[in-house]
Amino acid sequence: MRLYRKEGNTVQILCFPNERAEKGDYLQIEDPKQGKGFLIQVIDVQFANIPGILEELLRDATSDSDEINGRDLDPLEVTSQITIIQDARLLLCKIRGTIQNGKLSGSSDWLPSRSKSITKKLATPTLATLLKITEKMPIHVGETKEFSPLKVDATALDGKLNIVTGKKGTGKSHFSKLLVLSLANYGAPVVVLDLNGEYAQLGLTSDGKKSPHYETIHVLTPASNFKVGLAQIQLRVMINILVHALHLPGTSTQEFRRIWRFLKEHTKLSLHELGEAIRNRQCNHHVKDALFSRYYTLVNSGFFTDDPADAITLEDCFTEIRTGGVLIINLRDTSFVDRQIVVEYLLGKLVEMLACWKMKAVFLFAEEAHLYLRETYWNDIVTRMRHFGVFTTFVTNQPDTIRENIYRQADNIFLFNFTNEHDLETVSRAAKVDSETVKSIARDLPIQHCLLLGRVVKDFPIVVKVRALDVQTMGQTRLFFA
Amino acid sequence: MVNLLIEQYQYTTTPKYNFPRSIQDLQLPQQFIELSLRTLRNIETGKLFQPCTPTQLEYPTAPAQEAASPPFNRSIQPAIKPIPIKPIKDETPIIAVDVSSMKLGETEIGILCVIRAAIVWKQKQQYHYLRLGPFPFHITEENINEVYYLFRQYSFLERPTLDYTNALSLMYAPTRLGSLLERWVQMGIAVQTRNSLILWDGSLTAGTQDFPVAVMSQLLETARNRFNTILAFTKNTRLRLFGHCLTDYVNRCKPPCLLEMNGHPISLSDALHLLGNIYVAKLGEGNCSFRLDIDRKLSVEKAVEAAARLAGNDVLLQSYPETLRLAHIYSTFTANEVIGIQRFLARTNRLRIVTKPNVRRLLFGPFGKGPEN
Repeated sequence: MRLYRKEGNTVQILCFPNERAEKGDYLQIEDPKQGKGFLIQVIDVQFANIPGILEELLRDATSDSDEINGRDLDPLEVTSQITIIQDARLLLCKIRGTIQNGKLSGSSDWLPSRSKSITKKLATPTLATLLKITEKMPIHVGETKEFSPLKVDATALDGKLNIVTGKKGTGKSHFSKLLVLSLANYGAPVVVLDLNGEYAQLGLTSDGKKSPHYETIHVLTPASNFKVGLAQIQLRVMINILVHALHLPGTSTQEFRRIWRFLKEHTKLSLHELGEAIRNRQCNHHVKDALFSRYYTLVNSGFFTDDPADAITLEDCFTEIRTGGVLIINLRDTSFVDRQIVVEYLLGKLVEMLACWKMKAVFLFAEEAHLYLRETYWNDIVTRMRHFGVFTTFVTNQPDTIRENIYRQADNIFLFNFTNEHDLETVSRAAKVDSETVKSIARDLPIQHCLLLGRVVKDFPIVVKVRALDVQTMGQTRLFFA
Repeated sequence: MVNLLIEQYQYTTTPKYNFPRSIQDLQLPQQFIELSLRTLRNIETGKLFQPCTPTQLEYPTAPAQEAASPPFNRSIQPAIKPIPIKPIKDETPIIAVDVSSMKLGETEIGILCVIRAAIVWKQKQQYHYLRLGPFPFHITEENINEVYYLFRQYSFLERPTLDYTNALSLMYAPTRLGSLLERWVQMGIAVQTRNSLILWDGSLTAGTQDFPVAVMSQLLETARNRFNTILAFTKNTRLRLFGHCLTDYVNRCKPPCLLEMNGHPISLSDALHLLGNIYVAKLGEGNCSFRLDIDRKLSVEKAVEAAARLAGNDVLLQSYPETLRLAHIYSTFTANEVIGIQRFLARTNRLRIVTKPNVRRLLFGPFGKGPEN
């Protein structure tokens, strides 16, 4: 491999076919005289622009056709070298830093010698060591191209905002499960908003047996084993449900507030009493109708109950996962409105518990959050809730449903394959890496391969083949890599 | 070390090619391959190699036979009648030969060059080709005599005289070696084929050191005896008649036709002989016409019949036979191939490639645009 040119932070390397280099690979350009070298990453592989190549291909195309056939007598096998020239490649690379005396810095303000410098591949494990990626709590996320395990530090996810995105079927949910289980293993409480019921069998192995995580995984299904009594709900949370999920108008909200306070003062906060109170309330006819329609929506959701035996307290659930476990909120068979009600309740309760330090922090995994998260929560999650200790990981195959400011503030992005230009454009807005890298590498990622971006890889994008997990998905015996 | 290096070359013995039956026994002598290897032995491992860049690939060529022919006598007004051609479709095999040679670069003691021959033949509406080479050579002042001697031997020529080889310049060596290889291939085809049209790139002018009259005559006779007809096409003729280029006289003629230029007194130097009758051929639609030489010992009728067979059995694009066009294309070196061969030589001989400063550029800067010698 030879250094061909450098423009800005882009470097072009001339590479022959026997020198293997692929998108995502790291190379090192060593300049022995200057005693330092560039650390560069391949973001695209192109054919080198060789003079005369068009003529040669046209000629070959003629002999490949049915019109003419023949053979070459090349006893010295000179043609092999000509073929090598034909197949010469140009590696388009981005400078990631400078290595000097075994230390890595971000500078790229020097120029290595084109004639004397030596370009060679840098194995990912070497890079990981150089970057000191795995130090305290390693999470084995998969294998590098050199088939060596790649581990990231769980602390790089702590207090951070993460995004897992990629098109359908590329392995992002699988990767999320890997993170969920790994975090739980390190004693972290994890809450999963499971839109499709994919996490429900996380405690079982692929052959249906209990996995080592079985005891730490709790699945709550709204209106089934997840019901709450009104007495457990703060007025603020209920108002949020009514206003944001059920779109209760302002005047009606005021009336509801008065009813709620009255019932609470008289310790009569139940669904039945709430219905009676609305019925007997002397108020505007339209207000009463509005309140009644919302009331019946709450009743019909099945999420609320007056039976203390049916109701659970979220505090108890969180107590069970406080030292490491997963609380899966199965939203699979829940309607759009009911999902919003459940999520409003859950997030309100979470903030409430975190605010009074009943919990230290929680890792929240939200699959396709745009389907249940109200508008105002997006900013809330990356600002206020984050400071309370809700560390969110968004999982989506529709990157444009996540706002640009979320991308910009994301600490880690786990990117799977995208082919759609619009999707790539959206994801490339992430501030952690240049858009060229994202677009070029993500476009050609094979399934089950992930481009790690952000703190977990110290801002040095690394491609990894996500390791297999022996867990059940969607209640069926199905292996990830089968 | 040098010997070991040479022995690393692997080559196969000459196989029998997939030619039409009549010429399938054409073989490349093993000595020819060994000659290439032997010259490369002169390269000392680790020595400097100044390659030609693709933009420098134009190199001096030896004066061609066509160029050496004098113009027609201007004082005589000839009566030129076009001979109409009626294409004959009869599946006559058409065989074309072309050779390319190229200077690749310089070593401290000589030049590196490469030659390649291409044979294209059309039989039963199907084109076939065989490429011989590329064969790289390292020509030095020391080995030029031996190389030339062996080439001439393989090309059915006698050993050159001492005086001649002394005059042979390294500068023209690639072209001359190419001509000799071409002669060898032409002779091989003439010997191995029957009832075919053999197309050459050039003329039937003989009398040069590389192509004596005896050899050309022998070649033509061999072809004739096997009922082959040699048609030699010259792309750019310098022959003129009354101040006009020969091909201008056919512009108004309806193709396909020939203009016979015989009967016009042509004065040649003592050394040069026209062994073919000269025609101007316009065998198809388009603006182009070519000088066409056909064996002088064939009657005009036979010559016209050969042209008719060519018109009937080959594709003619701008009056130029497709078979010959393909032979040219297959023998020509592209810039990419030149780089590849340079790389082959550098790797197999461990040559250290250096770029010699361009003196013209050094002296004249952006005004130094001429070729670097």
